[in-house]
Amino acid sequence: MDTLHELAQRLMALDDRITACMKCGMCQSVCPMFGASGKEADVARGKLFLINNMAHELLKDPEALADKLGRCLLCGSCQAACPPGVKIMEVFMEARELVNAYLGLHPVKKMVFRTLLARPGLFNFAMRVGAPMQGLVFRKTGDAQGTVCAPMLNFMLGDRHIRPLAQKPLHAVHGALDEPRRAGGLKVAFYPGCLGDKMYTEMAEACLKVLRHHNVAVFMPAGLACCGIPALSSGDAEGMLRQMKVNLDVLARGDFDYLLSPCGSCTSTIKELWPRYAGRLGGLESRQAEKLAEKTMDINAFLVDVLKVEAATPAADAVPVTYHDSCHLKKALGVSAQPRTVIAANPGYALTEMAEADRCCGCGGSFNLFHYDYSRRIGQRKRDNVAATGARVVAAGCPACMMQLEDVLSHNNDAVRVKHPVEIYAESLK
Amino acid sequence: MASQALIKDFEELIGKENVFTSEADLQSYSFDSAVLEPVVPALVLRPTSTEQLGLCVKKLYDNGIPMTVRGSGTNLSGGTIPDHSDTAVVLTTGLNRILEINSNDLYAVVEPGVITADFAAAVARKNLFYPPDPGSQAVSTIGGNIAENAGGLRGLKYGVTKDYLMGVEFFDATGETVKTGSRTVKCVTGYNLAGMLIQSEGTLGVISQAILKLVPPPRASKALMAVFDDMQNAAEAVAGIIAAHVLPCTLEFLDHNTIVRVDDFTKAGLPRDAAAILLIEVDGHPAQVADDAEAVERVLKENKAVAVHVPKDAAEKFKLWEARRMALPVLARCRPTTVLEDATVPRSQIPAMMKAVNDIAAKYRVEVGTFGHAGDGNLHPTFLCDKRDVEEFKRVEAAIDEMFDTAIKLQGTLSGEHGIGTAKAKWMEKETSRGTILFSQRLRRALDPKGLLNSTKLVGI
Ligand SMILES: Cc1cc2nc3c(=O)[nH]c(=O)nc-3n(C[C@H](O)[C@H](O)[C@H](O)COP(=O)(O)OP(=O)(O)OC[C@H]3O[C@@H](n4cnc5c(N)ncnc54)[C@H](O)[C@@H]3O)c2cc1C
Ligand code: SF4
Ligand code: SF4
Repeated sequence: MDTLHELAQRLMALDDRITACMKCGMCQSVCPMFGASGKEADVARGKLFLINNMAHELLKDPEALADKLGRCLLCGSCQAACPPGVKIMEVFMEARELVNAYLGLHPVKKMVFRTLLARPGLFNFAMRVGAPMQGLVFRKTGDAQGTVCAPMLNFMLGDRHIRPLAQKPLHAVHGALDEPRRAGGLKVAFYPGCLGDKMYTEMAEACLKVLRHHNVAVFMPAGLACCGIPALSSGDAEGMLRQMKVNLDVLARGDFDYLLSPCGSCTSTIKELWPRYAGRLGGLESRQAEKLAEKTMDINAFLVDVLKVEAATPAADAVPVTYHDSCHLKKALGVSAQPRTVIAANPGYALTEMAEADRCCGCGGSFNLFHYDYSRRIGQRKRDNVAATGARVVAAGCPACMMQLEDVLSHNNDAVRVKHPVEIYAESLK
Repeated sequence: MASQALIKDFEELIGKENVFTSEADLQSYSFDSAVLEPVVPALVLRPTSTEQLGLCVKKLYDNGIPMTVRGSGTNLSGGTIPDHSDTAVVLTTGLNRILEINSNDLYAVVEPGVITADFAAAVARKNLFYPPDPGSQAVSTIGGNIAENAGGLRGLKYGVTKDYLMGVEFFDATGETVKTGSRTVKCVTGYNLAGMLIQSEGTLGVISQAILKLVPPPRASKALMAVFDDMQNAAEAVAGIIAAHVLPCTLEFLDHNTIVRVDDFTKAGLPRDAAAILLIEVDGHPAQVADDAEAVERVLKENKAVAVHVPKDAAEKFKLWEARRMALPVLARCRPTTVLEDATVPRSQIPAMMKAVNDIAAKYRVEVGTFGHAGDGNLHPTFLCDKRDVEEFKRVEAAIDEMFDTAIKLQGTLSGEHGIGTAKAKWMEKETSRGTILFSQRLRRALDPKGLLNSTKLVGI
């Protein structure tokens, strides 16, 4: 793709889907980015209009379009609220890919997506070397969330308060798992996701504990790669395809009834995006991805819908907990009741709803890296809603949201812990 | 054209981050919700205080730069599409503070960029009620509501935005502050300029503050749904309800085309053979609500409703309203372009108007679904097409022309709530008179000698 004219012609492939936008503006009410900036170019209506203008060669500046498209958390809130049901996420992903193919991918992103994340061995090695060294760089912030900050790396990480890497990642603790079915019971493939494997290992361990408690056998192969959403969000479909290919190969070797993840973003990627993109790899991969997507479930939904976990009556001294609806869980997968039931299954906790529980927390993966200021501003609104409930714990079904919640709560010196619903449930099991 | 020096001035005045000049940003303010051609402005300003707003207006006036004020840009008549390529768009979205909610004197004071639904929710938290509820309330601004005199579902009983406007402050074209109305129920100090600013579509002044009336909330409500196999019967039922001295807070209808399409989409099991569905809600004191609901049910049956549903609980009521909520979303999904109209006729003329709409659609071979506010005759014939198909879109435009002719013949009006903007300016004289146009133009020229405020809207200056 060499000329702007060619870029425009490729973008015309989106024309039909963009024309479906009736410009009603209803997306303004839910868009976290618009909420923080108030600019029309930051909301779906504006972005779709600009993509369309580029396609019709009215907008001349592809860098500007790339910048506008990047000012978006790909949270799907707009699509969920869109009266005519415009397939906004599809359009955004494909537009990012085309604009990126024209402008070229940032070299650091290219290295990360195509090499590091697609090669689990290398990624794991890099992280394992990194983990013991963290002490030299990170300083404990002394907050309730147990985060660290890195004044030395300020130029790169900014003022982020993040979880330290686990001393030992999940796959190193357990090796490859391929348990036999217990008395002909269920067997699931467990996909912890990058954050579940390397950062939120207690969360992943809690999932394994709960599955064991319910006599569910686990298949967790070695060599799982990233699900590909960071690459795809950055317009790098090729990087995503490489990662998906690695995963499909490894998962094809297992025999299981369901594929579960505690990460809402991974789950929605596997369920919705893998089948949509696998065709580019070939017929075999396409069929593999279709079959896998059918079996893929959020772990909360699995616990409630399949294993019939039920809410308990909270004890008198129950700890107040509030729940944040992750966008990828509620808006992409329609999972919102089940995580609440999973939390309520532990009588030691009492659920109290926050205002705007399903408003995006502002993490949005690489959005956080490139627009930390906006991410923090959006996160602050979430934090205020959490704080207003007086809850001592906030739960979320996606580690990316958990990371964002920890960062904003830590910056506000709030004594509120962040947990995954399954962690809360696991505490009630011996 | 805004010079570099002027842009620098504005940056100093309201901050660099509130002056938008990039190609992409300017293009994103070239359109609104109307199906009209975009016009890219030269400059976009977002003042963050009313003082800044006034200074912006003054500076634009002094430099002879045309201005278009914009709230959320959701109007359906092109009111916020810039008039010229050298227009400055002035955003009110940075002015979104609720300044006062007074529970003793039942009023509130707000800045123009406050979002309607946020305001209604803040008022509800104080156990008070702000009734105007346009379908766009989740995003529309109070300034936009005033400038369009926005209505909504509750119009029949509670009135529209103008019935809640006690006073406004605005900047005239030159940037001078004008104050009118007050926090009191009674006020006859000077001209009723608030009444002039209502539905002025950004042509007479830039609203910087509004005093809005609040009312006590109804304590109970009850909903009913009735199915008719003849539009005439539905209309007679509506007349019967009013004649029985019941004033429902909402009285909505869906026509046959809409019912079928909503049912196709939701599989809710709606009566697909019905000519119309009426959805009715009564509210007020619990005892009154019970009486009213009974009366409505009786009238519906007397007027040959083939079925009447009364929901037993909140969940059932929610489901009942689902069909109405889904009307626009479903129609909008049928074809790429949705032209949402709002021709309005006296209540009794609804059957004649509905027949005309369907005959016209058949004549021009265009698709249309109609829903709307049966209680106040405000119809939303929604034309479904693809504007990229030039020939088809011409037929749609011709059909809409003829529809307005009919509305006027039936002693109705071009627009019940969506405004004139540029979309309907050409029909203004037909509904009113030559004198009305001249009077309006003279008024505009006197107040805005340079003709800078939204110059092509309503009646071109
Ligand atoms: C899906 C949908 C449903 C709708 N439903 C309804 C409905 O039920 N009832 C209804 O009445 N309308 C409805 N509308 C139309 C529209 O939402 C209303 O007209 C609303 O009041 C516009 O508010 P806004 O903030 O978007 O104003 P904008 O579109 O930004 O502006 C509208 C007009 O007001 C002027 N204006 C804005 N702010 C000021 C100010 N501070 N001072 C002076 N002039 C100003 C502008 O110049 C423009 O002419 C609907 C629109 C959509 C898209
Ligand atoms: S809600 Fe959907 S149709 Fe409406 S403006 Fe946003 S993207 Fe367009
Ligand atoms: S995906 Fe989220 S951030 Fe992006 S435009 Fe839609 S609502 Fe806004």
